[in-house]
Amino acid sequence: MRVDLPTPTVREGRHGPPEPPRTFGGGYDGQARPRLGFFTDTSVCIGCKACEVACKEWNLVPQDGPLRLTGDSYDNTGALGASTWRHVAFVEQQRDDQGLRWLMSSDVCKHCSSAACLEVCPTGALFRTEFGTVVVQPDICNGCGYCVPACPFGVIDRREDDGRAFKCTLCYDRLRDGLEPACAKACPTDSIQFGELDELRARAEQRVAGLREAGVAEARLYLEDSDDGIGGAGAFFLLLDEPEAYGLPPDPVSTTRDLPTLWRAAALAAGTLAAAVATAFLGGRR
Amino acid sequence: MVPEAEFRSYYGRPIIKEPVWTWEVPWYFFAGGLAGASASLGLGARLAGNDRLARAAFMVAGAGGAAGVPLLVSDLGRPERFLYMLRVFKVTSPLSVGSWILAALGPAAVGAAVSDRLGIFPRLGRAAEVVAGLLGPALATYTGTLVADTAVPVWHEGGRELPFVFAGSAAASAGAAAVLTTPAGDAGPARRLVVAGALLELGAAQAMERRLGELGQPYHEGPAGRLARLAKGCTAAGAGLVALGGRRRRGLAAAGAALALAGSVCERWAVYKAGFQSARDPRYVVAPQRARMARREAQKIEQ
Repeated sequence: MRVDLPTPTVREGRHGPPEPPRTFGGGYDGQARPRLGFFTDTSVCIGCKACEVACKEWNLVPQDGPLRLTGDSYDNTGALGASTWRHVAFVEQQRDDQGLRWLMSSDVCKHCSSAACLEVCPTGALFRTEFGTVVVQPDICNGCGYCVPACPFGVIDRREDDGRAFKCTLCYDRLRDGLEPACAKACPTDSIQFGELDELRARAEQRVAGLREAGVAEARLYLEDSDDGIGGAGAFFLLLDEPEAYGLPPDPVSTTRDLPTLWRAAALAAGTLAAAVATAFLGGRR
Repeated sequence: MVPEAEFRSYYGRPIIKEPVWTWEVPWYFFAGGLAGASASLGLGARLAGNDRLARAAFMVAGAGGAAGVPLLVSDLGRPERFLYMLRVFKVTSPLSVGSWILAALGPAAVGAAVSDRLGIFPRLGRAAEVVAGLLGPALATYTGTLVADTAVPVWHEGGRELPFVFAGSAAASAGAAAVLTTPAGDAGPARRLVVAGALLELGAAQAMERRLGELGQPYHEGPAGRLARLAKGCTAAGAGLVALGGRRRRGLAAAGAALALAGSVCERWAVYKAGFQSARDPRYVVAPQRARMARREAQKIEQ
C-alpha cells in the first residue's frame, strides 16, 4: 500500500507554535524529492558548540583524540574529521577602527553536487541519498583512504582505531524519519538552518541583502552558487570575511572535474612506455 | 616560495587533509611499475625470440605483481575487506580501475612465470604473457593518475606529467632488473630500456616542476626535496653506467642497474612525500585558488 507523504514544510521560527512533524519520506518511488541541506548563517553564531555536542550524541561519534587545549581562542576541537562532524571555528580579529571582533562559524560537510569523495571511492561505499546528500556506508567501506585527500575541504577522514572513513551523514536516519538533523535542532540561534535547498538559497539572499543594508558590507555567501567548482554545495554559508580566514578554500574545485585530462595523460604515458619497450628491441639482442 | 602577500589562514592550519596512506603505497607504486614494465619487456622479448630475456622479465613481473597485492591490501583500514575493491568498476576512481588492472595482471604475470619456469600449461602460459604484457603499461602509469586525482596541489597540478614520470621510472626499473637477471649477451634491449626510461623520467620530472612553478616547492625542500635529488642522481648515474658497461663490462652494468632501481624507488618516495608536504601547508591550497579567481575576474572585466 502506498502512503501519501505530506510535502516537506520549512519551519517558520523557533518561538511560534509547535512544529508539525515533517516527513521527507525517501525511497525511489519515481517521485523526485527536493534536495535538502544546510544554510549556516555565521552572523548569528554565538559559538556555543551545541551543534558539536548534539551531533556527537545523536550519531554516537567517539572522542576525537586526547583532550587538549589548542590555545587558538575557544576552538579546542581543531578541525572536521572522522570523529568531528561539526566544528565551530573562533576567529579573533583586531581591527583598528572597530576594535576586537569575533567571528564564529559552525563548519560541516558540504555535501557537494560534484562530490570528489564519492567519485573516487573504489568500493561504492560513498553514495548519494534520495535527499541529495552524500553518505558513507560503514558496512561497505574498506578503509582505502582515497576519499581523504580527494576532499577539497578536508572533511572526511579515516578513524585510525576503526580503519574506516567517516563524515557527516546529514543525519540520514533522522531525515528518513522526517526529523531535522541534530545540529540544526540544537542550534539556539538558528545559525544552522535546515530545509529544502532552493528555499534556503532564497532565504540566504534575503539575509545577506538585509545585512548589507544594515551596514555589514563584508557579509557574503559562500558555496551558494550551483555553478562553482563543486557544482554547488548542499551546505552553504553566510560569512563575514574571506573563506580562508575560517579555514575554508576560496575557490574549491572537485578534483574529478579534470579527470578526463588526467586519464588522457595516463593513456599517452602508457603508449609511450609501450613504444619505448618496442624500440628497445630494434637494436637486436646484444 | 609561494608569495606571502595577501595570504590568510585559520591559525595556519591545513585546509585539506594529508593522505592517510602509509609506507606500503610508494612501495606499491614501485612494485606495480616494475611488474607492469617487466611484463611488457617480457612480451617484447618473446615476440623477438629472446627467450632468456623473456623468462627473466616475466619472473620479475610475477614477483612484482605478487608483491603488489599484499602491499595494497595491508594499507587498507580493513584489509579483510580487500575484495570489496571488486564490487564495482568506476572510471571516476583510478583506484577502482587500478584494482581491476592488478587483479588481471597479477595472476597473469605469476602464471606466466610459473608456466615458463616449470614448463607446464605452455599455451595458457603464452596467453597469460599476452594479457600481462598488454596490461603492463596501464599498471605502470595509472598510479600517476591515482595521486593526481586528489585535492593535493602538488599532485593534482602535476597530473599531466606524473604518469610520464612513473612510466619512465617503471621502464628504467624493469630494464635494470632484467640487466641483473639476464646473461649480458641477451640483455641488450633491457640496457636500452634503462637509458630510455631514465631519459623519460628525468625529462618528465623536469617538465612537471616547470609547470608547477611555486607549487612545486615541496620537490626542493624537506624529505621530498632530498628524495627528489637522490632519485635524479641515482637514475642519471645508473643509466650512464649501464650504457658505459654495455655487454662487456658486466660489473659496471650491474652497478648501474642497481643505481637505476634505487633511483626508481626514490622517485616514487619523492612524489609520495611531496604530497604530504603540499597538503600540510594551506598556502599551497589558497594561492592557486586565489590566482584562479583573479584570472576569472580579469576575464570578466575584459568582456
